[in-house]
Amino acid sequence: MRYDHLISAKQLSREDIESVLDRAAEVAADPGAFADTHAGTLLGLLFFEPSTRTRMSFDAAMKRLGGDTIDMGSVDSSSVKKGESLADTVRVIEGYADALVLRHPSEGAAKLASEFVDVPVVNAGDGAGQHPTQTLLDLYTIRENAGLDGLRIGIVGDLKYGRTVHSLAHALTNFDAEQHFISPESLRLPRGIRYDLQSSGTTVREHTEIEDALEDLDVLYVTRIQRERFPDENEYRQVAGEYRIDSALLESAAPELTVMHPLPRVDEIAPEIDETARAAYFEQAHNGIPVRMALLDEIL
Amino acid sequence: MTDTELRVSKIENGTVIDHVPGGEALTVLAILGIDGSGGEVVSIGMNVPSDRLGKKDIVKIEGRELSQAEVDVLSLIAPEATINIVRAFEVIEKHHVTRPETVRGVLSCPNANCITTENEPVESRFDVLDAGVRCVYCETIIDGSIASHIHST
Repeated sequence: MRYDHLISAKQLSREDIESVLDRAAEVAADPGAFADTHAGTLLGLLFFEPSTRTRMSFDAAMKRLGGDTIDMGSVDSSSVKKGESLADTVRVIEGYADALVLRHPSEGAAKLASEFVDVPVVNAGDGAGQHPTQTLLDLYTIRENAGLDGLRIGIVGDLKYGRTVHSLAHALTNFDAEQHFISPESLRLPRGIRYDLQSSGTTVREHTEIEDALEDLDVLYVTRIQRERFPDENEYRQVAGEYRIDSALLESAAPELTVMHPLPRVDEIAPEIDETARAAYFEQAHNGIPVRMALLDEIL
Repeated sequence: MTDTELRVSKIENGTVIDHVPGGEALTVLAILGIDGSGGEVVSIGMNVPSDRLGKKDIVKIEGRELSQAEVDVLSLIAPEATINIVRAFEVIEKHHVTRPETVRGVLSCPNANCITTENEPVESRFDVLDAGVRCVYCETIIDGSIASHIHST
């Protein structure tokens, strides 16, 4: 891999992505072959925001490689509560760990952290910015279910604040993928992401109704409308519950359509979809282990 | 002696920034961080008739020669600006502003959730695009007037 830090999916080339996904496939096929390959390695977990999947899967991935993790714990129990800057926090913890995994509520936090430390920083989500490791497991799941070249994907929901959306859209510009963006007017892609996609030659196809794009899609990537990102509760209420994926809606979809979601979901996907062959979101979450093992194996 | 020179007197040593769009002189000073507290003698001509711009502003700063790096950021609001370095009442250097690749410290990110707006030991940094600038941290693009995003205003 050509980088020390993983801050944004923008920095990932097709070669970088395929390298991690190929390694992840090797891990998934024979996890035992990777056990103890990183014995003695310590990964620092710094989560300034709640997390279940990302935090636990990084923890599990490091331990399955034979290493261990040290966890800053909650913000309330750390020196951050005393007003310590992020720059100081990471400069201290780089002395304790071989790499840092950082989640932070502010956009650009991982970029800033990477400027203050010498150990690799992995962005595990920075506000409404980027979430590149989620994207790697998303791409792994898409490759397994639909393939990446020739892909027609519909990305639904909170495209404005959705960091998984931003990273996925960037990464897919490396492939022959037709991207459809479905959202309320107020949650359309941010100016910066639109600029990057257009600069890469990607056509930004935008819709407000799922039905306008559904028929031709291979993958429907559903995201939660994130209440915690809205500066205004009224703005949230106006769009909450805007989209709901259920069996009736999917009647017009292609038989092989795969439904994905970075989770957690609230009510965007009806439980009746869970047991159908279309549902890939739990498989997607499970793929976090081999993909993050592969990533750690490459950067450590 | 021209009409312009009558309105804004000559300086002995320092920098004259000419061909600034009419009404932007105070923004130029804000970008340069000149607010009078440094003691420089500063003269401003605003909305002076100009063949090229219709109306232009002129800024004269005595006793200070601005470097190319200092003035290049002015290209964001005054792409036609010319910089004259004056010594002993003579213009000894005259050059245009050029668009820099990056602007440091001058602008504040308009994204309230950007890490640079918090209590962190970094100055703001923006990449300069064909149209506008982009925060290197949160990637927010400013593509309208940058005047309202200048640190010192």
